[in-house]
Amino acid sequence: MFYREAGQFKTSYEADQSLFPIRQDRIGLAVILLVAFIVIPLTANDFFLTSIMIPFLVFSLAAIGLNVLTGFAGQLSLGSGAFMGVGAYAAYKLTSIFPDVNVIFLVLVSGVFSAGVGAIFGLPSLRIKGLYLAVTTLAAQFFLEWCFIRIPWLYNYNASGAIEIPKREMFGVTISGAEATPIARYFVVLVITVLIAGLIANVMRGRIGRSWMMIRDMDIAAELMGIRPLQTKLLAFAVSSYICGVAGAMMVFFWLNAAEPSSYSITLSFQILFMVILGGLGSIAGSFMGAAFIWILPVFLKFVPGAIGIEIGAETVEHLTFMIVGALIIFFLIVEPHGFARLWQIGKQKLRVWPFPY
Amino acid sequence: MNAIISNNELPQDDFAVEREDLLRVDNVSLSFGGVKAITNISFDIKKGEIRAIIGPNGAGKTSMLNVINGFYHPQEGTITWQGKVRRKMKPYEAASQGIARTFQNVALFKGMTTLDNIMSGRSLKMRKNFFLQMAWIGPARTEEIEHRKKVEEIIDFLEIEAIRKTPVGRLPYGLQKRVELGRALAMEPDLLLLDEPMAGMNLEEKEDMSRFILDVNQEFGTTIALIEHDMGVVMDLSDRVVVLDYGKKIADGAPGDVQASQAVIDAYLGVSH
Ligand SMILES: Nc1ncnc2c1ncn2[C@@H]1O[C@H](COP(=O)(O)OP(=O)(O)OP(=O)(O)O)[C@@H](O)[C@H]1O
Ligand SMILES: [Mg+2]
Repeated sequence: MFYREAGQFKTSYEADQSLFPIRQDRIGLAVILLVAFIVIPLTANDFFLTSIMIPFLVFSLAAIGLNVLTGFAGQLSLGSGAFMGVGAYAAYKLTSIFPDVNVIFLVLVSGVFSAGVGAIFGLPSLRIKGLYLAVTTLAAQFFLEWCFIRIPWLYNYNASGAIEIPKREMFGVTISGAEATPIARYFVVLVITVLIAGLIANVMRGRIGRSWMMIRDMDIAAELMGIRPLQTKLLAFAVSSYICGVAGAMMVFFWLNAAEPSSYSITLSFQILFMVILGGLGSIAGSFMGAAFIWILPVFLKFVPGAIGIEIGAETVEHLTFMIVGALIIFFLIVEPHGFARLWQIGKQKLRVWPFPY
Repeated sequence: MNAIISNNELPQDDFAVEREDLLRVDNVSLSFGGVKAITNISFDIKKGEIRAIIGPNGAGKTSMLNVINGFYHPQEGTITWQGKVRRKMKPYEAASQGIARTFQNVALFKGMTTLDNIMSGRSLKMRKNFFLQMAWIGPARTEEIEHRKKVEEIIDFLEIEAIRKTPVGRLPYGLQKRVELGRALAMEPDLLLLDEPMAGMNLEEKEDMSRFILDVNQEFGTTIALIEHDMGVVMDLSDRVVVLDYGKKIADGAPGDVQASQAVIDAYLGVSH
């Protein structure tokens, strides 16, 4: 009844091609942005920002990155953790070499390095597909992890083998390093994530987004429509790795403050992959939903039962999380490959015809 | 069907003389390991005609199309495109030279809507780079809108306005074939290869499809190579017919002549060789 497009006629193709053609969706987005930019900063405490919102946004961005490659371009990758690592180490080296350059700028530049690395490891995708490609990206994961451990130059020869983020300021506000306030970090992460999500949404409704989906859905027909498979796939690898790289750099600069090679291990790759599968392959909104679910579920399990008087050990929480996520992944892979995003759409569809089901 | 479609403005005999070659294949042979799919075939496709390629199952018709648009590379023979002998090329190069096709088994982009599928046919005509698209400003947006207009014309032409926003995976088979034609038309090709565009359709759908094919040929002047099993359709639509059997060419000419040819009758009745 209330979620209807009746009476909203598009008078131009431009309006019809906009990101949110239905007015209620535009209002919904405006409300979400309002909450994210104003309500949360005004009301949230440090714990909520540091343990929930910042990691949620970082993971959302990483999930968008992997979704570009796997959900939109159809190339399965298990290397996103390592590509995030490339971004982190690149940003760390850059800020060590150029301490006076704005750190946000350096974080955005660090993605270029992971884009390059991603494109190189994307080369085999011309010849191999599916599971076999996943195995080569796995090789990339292990090779890059090896580099993070074995090349001391990357972590400035620290005895610990970890990178520690120095204090950096912008307009007199500390935004990275241990002294940076959660609210400052939150704003940085929020702006970068929202910005990149918006830009990628634009790419997806244009020629290049379509060319990725063409390759994903029917590569032979795509080639026949003039799509060059290698260029198209490499661009997907590069863009995906760029986004993952920026997310990886944000992860250490604005959330963890320090990282070691194991921070960017295969576990992280899988975590991102699960977010993409649960959230919805080929959906940007789904990337946020998947990240929210995977990140917030354990936090929820850890604190909510305790609050209502049921004691659950930390280990049990971990096991429970594994079980729930595992069961859901099997469910989604079998029943609904488009994940939460699709469920959300079905829900909206129902709402559109409510209260009459037919 | 005869009542609806007639295509006899051109006297068949003068046809070959009047027009120049768009494409010519000379002595083309193609084999897969031991299997000879095509043996020493030569024929031409004239500008502006509807050229039917017929033959029993396994005759090599689809393989011939695959050779023409660069999927298969024949071991022998040459292909001449618009007067120039063509070097070995990739399908995307053939596409950029103006060859489009539809597939025997529908090969649409399943996860995309009708609109996006047809828009994808415009890929080669769109140039704006990644960064402009990312910002969705100025030239990139104008380009999308411009091509959207063209695509809407095709949607109107094929009478598929109602399914514009439907993911093609959910469409019935007949409509999928129609969308696939739309996608090929969006490329504005010089040569359109149609591999059994009416297979599995009922009479009404076949009549619609025949009408579209004729309109494409006559209104847009697109040259068409058509593989089809329904003889009625072939006789009605085509200007000239080439007949293959076991990878060899057994007849070539006006539909009436070909239909009367003894070799063709034998091939279709399965007379042993
Ligand atoms: N990729 C391939 N590998 C091996 N053999 C092939 C291949 N493609 C085609 N063939 C063989 O070539 C021969 C011709 O096949 P083709 O598909 O061209 O026939 P067709 O005339 O299109 O038949 P239909 O009417 O059944 O579509 C067949 O014997 C087929 O098995
Ligand atoms: Mg065939």
